[in-house]
Amino acid sequence: MKPAAFDYVAPDSLEEVLAVLAEQGDDAKILAGGQSLVPMMNFRLAQPTLLVDCNRLSELDFVRAGEGGSLHIGAMTRQRRVEQDPLVARRAPLMHGTLPYVAHPQIRNRGTVGGNLAHADPASELPVIALARDFEMRLQRAGSERRVAAKDFFIGLLETALEPEEMLTEIVIPPLAPRTGWGFTEFSRRHGDYAQVGVAALVTLDASDVCRQARLVYLSVGETPTDAPRAAQLLVGTSLDEEAMQAAADMAAEHEIEPSGDIHASEAYKRHLARVLTVRVLREANERAKQAGG
Amino acid sequence: MSNTRRLRTRVNGERAESEVEPRLLLSDYLRHELGLTGTHVGCEHGVCGACTVLFDGVPQRSCLILAVQAENHEITTVEGLASGPEELHPLQQAFWEKHGLQCGFCTGGILLTLIPFLEENPDPSEDEVRLALSGNLCRCTGYQHIVDSVLHAAESMR
Repeated sequence: MKPAAFDYVAPDSLEEVLAVLAEQGDDAKILAGGQSLVPMMNFRLAQPTLLVDCNRLSELDFVRAGEGGSLHIGAMTRQRRVEQDPLVARRAPLMHGTLPYVAHPQIRNRGTVGGNLAHADPASELPVIALARDFEMRLQRAGSERRVAAKDFFIGLLETALEPEEMLTEIVIPPLAPRTGWGFTEFSRRHGDYAQVGVAALVTLDASDVCRQARLVYLSVGETPTDAPRAAQLLVGTSLDEEAMQAAADMAAEHEIEPSGDIHASEAYKRHLARVLTVRVLREANERAKQAGG
Repeated sequence: MSNTRRLRTRVNGERAESEVEPRLLLSDYLRHELGLTGTHVGCEHGVCGACTVLFDGVPQRSCLILAVQAENHEITTVEGLASGPEELHPLQQAFWEKHGLQCGFCTGGILLTLIPFLEENPDPSEDEVRLALSGNLCRCTGYQHIVDSVLHAAESMR
C-alpha cells in the first residue's frame, strides 16, 4: 500500500513540463490532482519511473469566457473551483450540475478537470459530459498544439488520444444552442461512490416545443463514455412525450450500451437502470429547455 | 534508493523541515516523521476519509498527496484544532457531549472535513450534514450520533 520508488520533478512552467515529456515521455507520468493516480500507485497498479508534478503550473489554473459564449478551462483547475464558478454555471450548466456527483468534496478539492479527463475512466462523470457537450481538448507538446474533439479523445478503457510527449492543457466548451435543456443523473449505492449507471441528456426544442436535437451519453456501461445516437434520433421530431422518451430509453438500454454485471448489479439490472434513468433525465432536460430563453 | 528531497512546510502553524523520499505519502510523513498520529490511515486509496487534513485550509486526503507536494504549503491536522492542550474545538466538544464517537478512528478525518463545512454552512439541515459526511466512513456508530454532534456544534458555533 505504498508507492514504489520513482524520480520526481515539479516544474514551475508548462514549457519545462513539455521539455521533460519530449525527452522522457515514455517513462514519465503526469501527476495532476492525483486522486486516481496516487491510489493506483499505492496499490502498485501504476509504477511510473518518473513523476512530473504539474501542481505548480498556475498558468493552467483558470476559467475564462471565450468567444461566442464558449468557455475555456485550464487542465489544472481544481474540480471544486469549477463547481463553484458562476461563469461555469451560466455557460456550462450541465458540467456545473454534474460536478457534485464526482466523488466527494475532499476529492474535488484536489482533483483537476484535466486529470480526470486524461484518466478516461468510463465510470467517471466528466468524460460523459465532455462527449455530450463536444468539448474541444487542447493537447500540447513542445513547440506545437493540436485540438481533438472529445469523440476522438476517448479511445478505450483508461486510454485516450494523448501521445506520451503530450499533455492535455485546456478544454473549450462550445456554447449551448438556444432552447437547449440538460439533465444528469446516476445511481450509486452511496453518494460519491462509483455509479452503477449514469446518463447525461441534452435536448434542443424549436419554437413549438418540438425536439430538434438530442444527445444521450452513458457512464459505466462500456469501456469509454457511451453515446446512444440511435436513441437520441428517436426523440427528434417528437414533442418529448412519455411514449417517445420510453422508446428512446428502450433503444439505448437494449441496443446501444454494453454493461457488464458485477458483484453489486447484474447486466440485466444495469439495463433496467439505464431505461429508468433515461426517462427521468429526459423529463428534466425537457423542462429546462422549455424554460430556457432564445 | 536515496533520492531524497528537502521538504519545508508548515504544520499546525509550526515550521517543519525534513529530508524525504518523493514516494513518502503526506499521511505517513505526518505520522512517522512528525509523530502526529492523530491523522489515521485506513484504506490508503481515498475512500475512508480517516486521513483527511486541511491543505491550505481545504480538506483533502493526506494518503493521496505526496509529502513533497506540501512544500511551502500549510497543513492542519487534528492536533491543531484546539487552541490549547486543555481546550477543545467547539466541534470536538459537541462530539464529546453527543457521543459522536466510539472507537474514534474516523473522528479526526470527520472533524477536519466538517469544520470548513460548518464555516460555509452555519445552519445546515440534517440531509446536508449527511451528504457532507458521505466521504467519511464510520464502522461503529451508524452515524446518528455524529449527525447529532454536528448539528449541536452548528448551533453552538452560530
